[in-house]
Parts: sequence; structure tokens; C-alpha cells
Amino acid sequence: MAKPKIATTSLAGCFGCHMSVLDIDERILELIELVEFDKSPIDDIKRLSGRCLLGLVEGGCCNEENVHVLKEFRTHCNVLIALGDCATMGGIPALRNVIPLRECLDEAYRLGPTVYNPTGAIPNDPDLPLLLNKVYPVQEVVKIDCYLPGCPPSADAIWAALTALLNGRPIELPYELIKYD
Amino acid sequence: MLLTERADRLFAGMTIAGYAIGAAEGILYLRGEYAYLRAFLEDVLTTRYRDHLLGAAILGKTGFDFDIRIQMGAGAYVCGEETALISSCEGLRGDPKTRPPFPAQKGYLGLPTVVNNVETLCCVPKILEEGPATFGGHGSPGSSGTKLLSISGDCSRPGIYEVEFGIPLTEVLTLAGADDAIAVQVGGPSGQLIGPKDYARKICFDDLATGGSIMTFGPGRDVLKTAACFMDFFVDESCGYCTPCRVGNVLLKDRLERIRAGRGEPGDLDYLQRLGTTVKTASRCGLGQTSANPILTSLANFRPRYEEMVKAHQDGFNPSFDVRAAVSEAEGIAGHSSVIYPQPIEER
Amino acid sequence: MSDTVALTIDNVQLQGRPGQTILEAADEAGIYIPRLCHLKGLQPFGSCRVCTVLVNGRPQAACTQPISPGMVIESSTEQVREIRKDLIDMLFVEGNHFCMFCERSGNCELQAMAYRFGISAPRYPFLFPSRAVDASHPDIMIDHNRCIRCARCVRASRDLDGKEVFGFVNRGPHKELAVNAAARLVDTTVDVTDQAMNVCPVGALLKKRTAYVVPIGRRKYDHTPIGSEIEGARSQ
Repeated sequence: MAKPKIATTSLAGCFGCHMSVLDIDERILELIELVEFDKSPIDDIKRLSGRCLLGLVEGGCCNEENVHVLKEFRTHCNVLIALGDCATMGGIPALRNVIPLRECLDEAYRLGPTVYNPTGAIPNDPDLPLLLNKVYPVQEVVKIDCYLPGCPPSADAIWAALTALLNGRPIELPYELIKYD
Repeated sequence: MLLTERADRLFAGMTIAGYAIGAAEGILYLRGEYAYLRAFLEDVLTTRYRDHLLGAAILGKTGFDFDIRIQMGAGAYVCGEETALISSCEGLRGDPKTRPPFPAQKGYLGLPTVVNNVETLCCVPKILEEGPATFGGHGSPGSSGTKLLSISGDCSRPGIYEVEFGIPLTEVLTLAGADDAIAVQVGGPSGQLIGPKDYARKICFDDLATGGSIMTFGPGRDVLKTAACFMDFFVDESCGYCTPCRVGNVLLKDRLERIRAGRGEPGDLDYLQRLGTTVKTASRCGLGQTSANPILTSLANFRPRYEEMVKAHQDGFNPSFDVRAAVSEAEGIAGHSSVIYPQPIEER
Repeated sequence: MSDTVALTIDNVQLQGRPGQTILEAADEAGIYIPRLCHLKGLQPFGSCRVCTVLVNGRPQAACTQPISPGMVIESSTEQVREIRKDLIDMLFVEGNHFCMFCERSGNCELQAMAYRFGISAPRYPFLFPSRAVDASHPDIMIDHNRCIRCARCVRASRDLDGKEVFGFVNRGPHKELAVNAAARLVDTTVDVTDQAMNVCPVGALLKKRTAYVVPIGRRKYDHTPIGSEIEGARSQ
């Protein structure tokens, strides 16, 4: 029987949650006995190849490409996990949610004290994904099956969640594994 | 209307109440919207002082001293809640107080206080004049006397009606010319929104309780809009003291608006029910304990209307998320349409 | 008047003293009723409602409700737990609680309460309000993004410091903490040694230059749930 597949992605995140996945250390050898990695920055596979048992999503949605990838994950993953605080509540990128988008772009490309941009243009190449009006936690865009909070979630929390899911058990994190920082 | 037409009776009722409980001071709390009545009411009070119906030794009876003053409020709905009303009289923020102690133990300035409605106090002289038997001869068991109803909305004869307690709502609707009402809000924003299957119910404390407000909604009205307007009202009128009322009403309103915009899901109805119940259960005062009623009672009585507004989705995408709305600002800044989520052709 | 009051909390019989609130009687008996706005030594306030219990079936705030003989109180039933989780969720989504960089993280009572209830994400959508930070004072700052309107600082400043530095303005969702000056904290009589500076349950009222001194792993709630100190008294 083929091993179930796991896909991971980082949307508007810092890849810190993926670093925490790697922090499971030698347990990753156990993990690859249980699952096969599909699309993920860990193996650099760029596209989902088909049905996956698990999807781990780091980061919220700050632009339209994030929305597209998140929806692909929802379509192809049986169980979708919000990995970390940015996925769950927007995180650091969501600090811009109280500032109008135009002001954010002006600060970044025109008015910020360290900006050198003689034309004063805000990048608008059609290849650049458009920013959303605010950063959306992933559960505002698609249904999420479970949440692993933390910035990042600890490797132990990730390991506990993955092994529970792969063994068909509900995720019951002990007190010390639910942390928001 | 009682203040303009029966001010004397109100002040007599207050004076008798003062005599009954041994109070020396009465306060008429007049909300800001009725400031124009103040001069008139002060005139009535002046006349009553002149006639020895107020002041020291009322009607020559030594030791029967009672003064009435008018306290102006600024018009917050929550100041109709008795302890918030007392806070307002004391010159504080119009926040409800912690109970116990109840006003009868520790009220205005820490003194024992009774707070009654104008209509209640107006009944007092009538009961003494005509005898309790006559008063009790009107109304229904548990709800003696008559009730003033202020009827508004989609009806041909809106106005103020005095009815006997126990009157079926159908008769009230006929009186006011609202036989075709699709929904009736009984008891103001914090009351209940009911439909035709409940029109046979009676206006009384044990059945359809109301402070007097009856609003009728005719064919063509949307009960979801009615509920939304009342939720707006409560978001605005919450004092913000306790968590469930301060936050819960905003969340209720947002979810109802989502449903009204056609972006709701079946699960949203459970969400409203659960959240509304928490707000009702955990809120600190009567405002929060009833503020979810527009949603809870419309959900109970007009559920099909909610159900036709929500759709089940199998794709796992949240219908509440509108990617076109989310990218439109950036499209304007970039000067081109989204490549991934372009505007549908029919909308261009 | 008898000098004890018999009542039950979650089927545990206990004897309180006349004049105690439900919460005080429970604390003495080693039964922890979750609370955020309440703090021993301050006047009960009853705003957060997290201490909601059912008294003979009726909801009451344990921090303000006096005990009376024969009360049957439910505190840890599923129904009450769900109400409390709703309230904690509401407090998270109404503000901007970025725990990942908050100076109070690990020592925050709101965060600790969510941990205690095993909340991995709030069930309500985040409201992302726009709120200000007042860093005008050389030693103290207010981050309104994190304020839960518990009035601990209001009460401590008024009743313990005799100052009335803090109060509330506006209503409903716009109700917010304000200071007793035209606008800024620096223009008040607040001092970093005030007792009001030690009572904030979240990271809203902070002493400057004191952040992050305790490393992760050794903070108050890293290993021990909030309320353990009260429950611990019972098992001894």
C-alpha cells in the first residue's frame, strides 16, 4: 500500500514553522517511514501531485496567490492544518490590518526613511500577485480541520499532532504544547 | 403621553409611594429627548407645591414631607435599566451597578431606593381611588389592570391604545389596522419578533410581556433586516462594561450581515444560536441579557427565512470570503485587473 | 447569625463565611473558579464574566455574588466551561493580541486562561480594531490593543494609590481606557512605583525596560496552569 502523502506550504509566513517541522530532528526518519512528502519546501516539489492525507499551512493570506494555493490545498487535502499563529490569526503580517493598503505601499516604496526609488513607482508588474486589502487568517478563506498555534509551534507539538493524525487518533495536546509564542 | 396628559397623576403616585416607604425625596428621570417637557413638568410641580401636595407637611399632615426634582438624562437606552439610571442620577457614567446590593437595599447615593416606571406609578392613585378590587377586575390573572400600548409600523391606525391585560395580539392588530402583519415586534428591541402562528397569544406578563411597544411589519418587510436594525441598536447602546455584551453583539451583527449578503452557510445558524445564548446568559445587566433577542426570536420564529439565505458548500471554501472584494483595492493601486482572480466578464 | 454558610460547588460541600462572595469561598476551599477582572485586594468589578457560574441554575458572576445558605453552584460543568471559552475567545478577537512579541507573554492571564481551556484558536473571527499606544511616559506605556477593560488599574489607582489616574471613556465596543489628563499618560500623576502598575492581567499597562527578562520556560504559566496555586492549596 502506498504511503499517505503530506503537503506543506508557507503563505504569508516566515518559514519559521517549517523550521520547527525540521526541528523534529531524527524523528523525521520515522516520519518518512509513515508518509511521503508531496508539494513542500522541504523537498522542493512545486505542485500538488494529487490527493494528500495531510496539508500543513503556514502563514495567513496576504495576497491573491496565497488564496490560490490555500484553495488548492483545501481541494486536495483530507485534513488541513493551520500551522502556527500567522495561519491562525494573521501574525506579524496582520499588523498591517489596521493600516490602509495604500498607506502600507507608500511607506514601503515611496515614503519610508530608507527607501531609494527615484521614479516613485509602486511595483505593479502583472506577474506580482496583488495584495489583499488585509491579511486573512486561513480559516476565513477555507475550512480548517485543526490548529497548531505557536510562533512557531514547537517541534514536539507538531510531532504530537502528526503522529495522532497518522494513527487516526484525535489531537489532544498536553498543557505545555499549546503556546501562542 | 402620561407625562403630558397625566403628569399630576404621576406625581401623586410618586408622593403616595414616598409615603408608603417613608421616602422624603423623589426623582423624575427625564431623558434628554424629552427636555422640551421639562418646563411644563416644573410648572405642574410648582402648582403641587403651592397646593401643599408636595413639600413639608403635605395636606397638613405632620411628618409627611416629600420633594420631587427632575433629573435630566442624556438619552442612553441602558439608563432605562434601574441601576444605570441611578448611576446617571448620581452624575456617574450611565453604567449598571453590581447587584446585590439591589436598589431597595442600597440605591441612589447608597440609600434605599425604589425605581418604578411612570405607568406603574400612575396606577397608584387609581387603585387608591377606585379600590384594588376595581383595578383587579381588569386584566388577566397575574396581570391586573390595563396597559398602554404604543403601536407603530405598518398599520393604518398607529397610536397609543389603552387595553386590558390579557388581550390577544390579534385584537390589538385589528385595533391598529395591521391585520396583514407578517411579523410583530412585541416589547421593543429587547422583546420578541413573532409571526402569525403566535398572534393568538395574550399581552400579559406570563405570555407576551411588553413595556408597551408593539411594532408591526407588513408584507414585503424582511425580518432579517428588522433583526439587523435592532442589533445595530444594541451595538450602539451597549455600555461596554461586560465582555459578552460589548463583543458578542458586534459578532452577532457581523454574522447576521454575512447571511443577509447571501454569504452565509447552514452552520451560521448554530453559530448565532450559540453566541446569542452566551450573550444572554453571561451578560451583566438586562440590556445584554436581552440584546440577542432580535436574533434568537427571529431564528426561532422565522427560521425558514434564514434557511433560504444560507447555502451548503461542499468545496471547503468559505462563502464569506470574497476574493474579488479583497483584491479590488490593490487593482486600483496597480492599475490592472487581477490575473489569478479576474473580474467576471459580465461585471466589466 | 451563624458564622458559617453551607453551600456546594460542583457537588463539593463547603462552609463559607457570611459576607464572602462565591469566588472567595471557593478560593478558600481550594476550588479555582477562572477569573480575569477580579484580583484579590481590589473591589469586585464583574466585567469579564469569565467567573460566571450557575447558582441554583441561574447565571451569576462568582466574583460579585455573595454566598447564601444552601446555594448549589455549578462551575466546571460542560455548559459553564463552554460559556467561559466563548468569553475568552471574545476577549482575544476584540483586541489585537500578538502574543509572539508581547512583553507579557508567558505571564499573561488572558493567554494563560486560553491555555488552561485548551483553546488552539478562537471560534470567532478577529476584528482587528485600530487602537493606539501611549508611550509618552518615560517609565510606563499603555498598549490599548491589548486592554480587556478589566478596570484593575482603574481600581488600584483609585483605591490603593489614591490617585484616579485611569478611567474609561466611550461606550460599547468603543469603550476604552483613558488617563486623567488631556491626552497622555506623561501628563498624569502616575508613577512606576504605583500599585496600579502591578495589576494588569495582560500586556496593556507595562513598565518600560522590564520586558523579556525571564526566559521562555521559566515564565509564570509556561509549565503550570493558571489557578494551580488555588487548586494546590486544596490537595495539601
